[in-house]
Amino acid sequence: MNSDSLYLENLLDHYRNPRNYGEMKNPDLVVEDANLSCGDEVKFFIKLDKNKNIIEDIKFVSRSCAVCKASASMLTELVKGKPISFVNSLTKKDVFNFFGGSIDPSREKCALLPLKAIQSKTKTIEEGIHEKPKDSCF
Amino acid sequence: MKELFDPQDIRSDFPILNVKINGKPLIYFDNAATSQKPRQVIEAIENFYFLKNANVGRSLHTLAEEATELYFQSRKKVASFINADQEEIVFTGGTTDSLNAIANVIAENFLNPKDMVVTSILEHHSNLLPWLKVCKAKGCTLKIVHTNKNWTVNVEKLEALLKEGAKVVSLTHVSNVLGTINPIREISRIVHSYDAILVVDAAQSVPHMPVDVKDLDCDFMAFGAHKMLGPMGIGVLYLKRRYADLIEPWNLGGGMIKSVTLYNEAPELSCCKVTYEDTPIKFEAGTPNVEGAIGLSVAIDYLSKLGMASVLSHERQLVKYLLENLKGGSFEVYGPRDANSITGIVSFNIKGIHAHDVAYLLDKLAGVAVRSGHHCAQPLVNVLGTTATVRASFYVYNTVEEINTFIEALKEVEKKLR
Repeated sequence: MNSDSLYLENLLDHYRNPRNYGEMKNPDLVVEDANLSCGDEVKFFIKLDKNKNIIEDIKFVSRSCAVCKASASMLTELVKGKPISFVNSLTKKDVFNFFGGSIDPSREKCALLPLKAIQSKTKTIEEGIHEKPKDSCF
Repeated sequence: MKELFDPQDIRSDFPILNVKINGKPLIYFDNAATSQKPRQVIEAIENFYFLKNANVGRSLHTLAEEATELYFQSRKKVASFINADQEEIVFTGGTTDSLNAIANVIAENFLNPKDMVVTSILEHHSNLLPWLKVCKAKGCTLKIVHTNKNWTVNVEKLEALLKEGAKVVSLTHVSNVLGTINPIREISRIVHSYDAILVVDAAQSVPHMPVDVKDLDCDFMAFGAHKMLGPMGIGVLYLKRRYADLIEPWNLGGGMIKSVTLYNEAPELSCCKVTYEDTPIKFEAGTPNVEGAIGLSVAIDYLSKLGMASVLSHERQLVKYLLENLKGGSFEVYGPRDANSITGIVSFNIKGIHAHDVAYLLDKLAGVAVRSGHHCAQPLVNVLGTTATVRASFYVYNTVEEINTFIEALKEVEKKLR
């Protein structure tokens, strides 16, 4: 089995047996997003620690293609127990690494939807906590 | 009618069919997106650049005259292929380019605010979005007519809109998602009885079936070379002769004028007097795609040798065979199940599995190229009750053996994704 087919088998494993799959009672955050053109939908439930900084628990449900579902599944494993700043530091590259470093261009949107969904919320939270000084270069 | 050809006899003309995809022989079922090209077309383009390259319609040297002759012969070939006159054939960048030009010139020349344009739910976005744009700019209404149960345009509803005063009807000849064939001849009679204009998107019909513009009697038609064994980047805009004289060129520049002169009367306000060339030259400003025209011409020779009626029969045999194999089980087939009413296109899903995943795994596991998604016809695919379908589309070089491999691959894909 070459490395390509190993990554493919891993993708299929996360699709058939998604980790952290299901809904959550009393989450601190709920985020959902969709790729309207292909019909992928994903919804995350996030529980934060008492300082509202660490992702204590995360679950998701999706109606989506295999790439999107596997990406969401692997993402939940990666961010569970990590601070929000870690989630916000993740990039496309980290998502593509789930699939062996790259994915067909036509599937990029499917793969990136879960991270885009979570960061739409976590980035707002982080900006609220650490308001940038007015003279910041950024 | 010519006897049906054996695809095995012509496969060696298509070098790309020897390519391995993910270790498997390529099975190319994405012909509605673009067709493969035979050696004859590729060599004709190469020969043009090796031996005949010069700009056309300008210089007087031998090479330029030879290139011009080749270009004009190509136009003649296209005209005779669809039973048009040479003056009615304008080369463009492709079907999309043609349809945009048609929407723009019709809006400019024949539409007034509050006029109605009608298109259908079967359209590719390229026969919808240009009309949306020009209707918005002109203050016109765009109405979308739906289909009958057999997935062709509902002619009664279309006629009702013509009764309400629709000025332009723009329809696809063949659906790029379902392969259904609209009754254009019947529609043109109705449209013309209300003095309206009929535009036909023939991107999926001219490559797959006999098309005769005099018989169909449409006013404008668009199609491209790359879906019919020809090169990318060249298409055809057919316009009925009488419209050619009524319409001003939409592109302006070199090669399309008889003269441009300064008025002498008032030099301080000097301005130009322009006389355009006759049709179709006046519609082809700038250096044309000569290699494309030559490639298209050779593609037409190739298809004519097979016979367009035979091309259609061959595709229908393949569709019939695939539909039989997709019956029951976990497949959901969209559109008509009667192979004799459609061209070589089948849209389907494996129930509960996203079309993208099926296409992705068909490619990765079996080297099968199909299209998945909304096929640039998102409104139609939504009417089908889904967001994406798998589309297998056939052409002259496809075989029953390839369909057998495809069916086996579909079973393997389903097993992997359940």
